[in-house]
Amino acid sequence: MPVRKNFLFVLRHPPHGGIQAQETLDFVLTTAAFDQTVRLLFLDDGVFQLKHGQRPEAIGFKHIAPIFGALQLYDIEELWVEEESLRERGLTAEGLILPVRLLSRRQVAAFISTQDIVVSC
Amino acid sequence: MPVLHVVSGSPQGSHALAHCLARVQEGDALLLSENGVYAALVDSAACRSLNVFPRLSVYALTPDLEARGIAFDELWPGVERIDYEGFVDLAVRYPISLSWF
Repeated sequence: MPVRKNFLFVLRHPPHGGIQAQETLDFVLTTAAFDQTVRLLFLDDGVFQLKHGQRPEAIGFKHIAPIFGALQLYDIEELWVEEESLRERGLTAEGLILPVRLLSRRQVAAFISTQDIVVSC
Repeated sequence: MPVLHVVSGSPQGSHALAHCLARVQEGDALLLSENGVYAALVDSAACRSLNVFPRLSVYALTPDLEARGIAFDELWPGVERIDYEGFVDLAVRYPISLSWF
């Protein structure tokens, strides 16, 4: 029996600076496909990945929103977002493409420290 | 579990260090690598932000310091220099590591 671990992916970068966001999601889905518990935490500019209304085809990038839509199919249901990161960027949880769970900045360190494996993206 | 934070971005050119320091807790360690080592310059603004966390263990990679001409007497006394083997030891000692770039 493979061991099931808690994986936390920390996404801190905006969606269209390169292929980083795309590759992160590939990594996330692969991990989930191996029956691991996967959570995502969006910090800093990473929160822009969830902003609604993106049209990356305008600059020749692929749409990542459909991949986020697939997360549920892979049993990835915990999307955590730091409240301060949203607020500093003029965003709200209601303006995101998926329902998220909010965490305050002072809770982030403790949240990270309880995971088995943390991946910085 | 305590976390090893690895900061590789320059403190002025990126927000890596500031973003990291906003999410550290007691018992964590900070390793400055690549351009992150500029934060160890004793007279830098970034170094003053490290002073705020007296219980944070701070390390810097010696090869990255040397490559950037940062001499021992320019280093903040609170930083411990380590080599690549020391990096491996830290990664073993801290089961969770988080990179800030």
